[in-house]
Amino acid sequence: MAVEELISIDSLINRIDPRVKIIEVFFFSIVVAVSNSLPVLLSALIISLGIILTAGIPAREIFRRLVPVNIMIIFLWFFLPFTTEGKPLFNIGTLAVTHEGLIYAFRISIKSNAMMLMLISLIASTPIFTLGHAMLELKMPKKLVHLFFFTYRYIHVMDKEYIRLINAIKMRGFRPGTNLHTYRTFAYIVGMLLIKSFDRMQRVRNAMLCRGFKGNFYTIRNFSFKKIDAISVALMIVIIMLLGVMEWTTIT
Amino acid sequence: MDNNNLIINLTDISFSYPGEPEVLDKLNLQFSRNEKTGLMGPNGSGKTTLFHIIMGLLKPLSGSIEIFGKPAKEEKDFIDVRKRIGLLFQDADDQLFSPTVLEDVAFGPLNLGKSKDEAIDIARKTLEFLDLAGFEDRITYKLSGGEKRLISLATVLAMEPEILLLDEPTTGLDEKTKTKIKKTLRELDLSYILISHEFDLLSEITDSIYTMDKGKILFDKEVHLHKHVHAHPHGSCSHEHE
Repeated sequence: MAVEELISIDSLINRIDPRVKIIEVFFFSIVVAVSNSLPVLLSALIISLGIILTAGIPAREIFRRLVPVNIMIIFLWFFLPFTTEGKPLFNIGTLAVTHEGLIYAFRISIKSNAMMLMLISLIASTPIFTLGHAMLELKMPKKLVHLFFFTYRYIHVMDKEYIRLINAIKMRGFRPGTNLHTYRTFAYIVGMLLIKSFDRMQRVRNAMLCRGFKGNFYTIRNFSFKKIDAISVALMIVIIMLLGVMEWTTIT
Repeated sequence: MDNNNLIINLTDISFSYPGEPEVLDKLNLQFSRNEKTGLMGPNGSGKTTLFHIIMGLLKPLSGSIEIFGKPAKEEKDFIDVRKRIGLLFQDADDQLFSPTVLEDVAFGPLNLGKSKDEAIDIARKTLEFLDLAGFEDRITYKLSGGEKRLISLATVLAMEPEILLLDEPTTGLDEKTKTKIKKTLRELDLSYILISHEFDLLSEITDSIYTMDKGKILFDKEVHLHKHVHAHPHGSCSHEHE
């Protein structure tokens, strides 16, 4: 399972303190989320694109990560243009497409992609463990961080078990079809997956207990605020101010 | 047996997993300091279960556990036990969960309250001791089977335990890695109980070999008549010392 393949990329952005990254993405996303004017959103998208280009992430990886978000957005395009009240532009069958509806769907598309790009360039390049520690350093609730950390830990495990099961049925000539045998086999796989993962979880927990785990994660990484962090913070403040000024003041 | 040196004292331990027949049946075990004990037995005879009971990961249905001279009943009693007894799991994948080797080895020491620098120092030294210097930044789940096992051993040794419980430490490993584990165990001068199906291994690095069957430990009477300070290929044949 490829979750952390971007962490080995050595770029300027990757060297930013993870705490700083989280804060920057957080505030950037807020500004983008509450902005409504198209020029602001388009600028945000362009800025995100610019930043991701400096992150040195392969284009294929970027697209792969954008696909799930945009699948959601496609569904919005099916409904929003028809259901938003406003000036009708043209008709498809008996349904009227409104100007407002189109703008609304367009806005959401840009917003989500801008945020997603920023997230990919800053957060996806950080190891999950480091992110967890950064979250703790930022005084986020411990339970939330542990949930986050363990979810990641067990996604890996479940994926491995899944691949093992799939290989096992392939080795014995299983070919999925539209029949009861296929459904039953898949049901068995899901069931086995849950049970096996549960067992594995128990064993990992035991191993952790044996090594003195008391509910705290300690980190051996040092977080330090460096020059590059200061520069990135300054840059992000400028970006956010710029977007804010464009959104909330009327330039005539 | 010298009572001051008695470390693990299990009396009439019974255990069964819910809905299954008894795995351990009124089992007794006395383990003293400086003993190196081998444990053999068919699959499902309760060897791993026994280890888990000693570590407090499973609670026995009946019987009493005394470790380091203190009764161990509740979770908090076992916290101290786990600091002093290290358990090497059968499956290295269960033991390694941190992304990098160094972090995983340092996990134990950090839990024991060592500072960051101390923990890193201990981790590095442990790795060096096992000839694993240079592995610090390797990704744990991408290691080979043998490497995983050695790193797991490092994670246990980093806690600086007094006793080791080793659950099939050499199963599925190549000769080279096996030799390395054997050499390490000899050099360490720790007390340990070692589960294995390999008689040769047990006879080389343990002083006495017990067999487990049907939830009980069978003490070989001939073996038990004298003190064992040497490897024992033919423990059941009567022989004399000195």
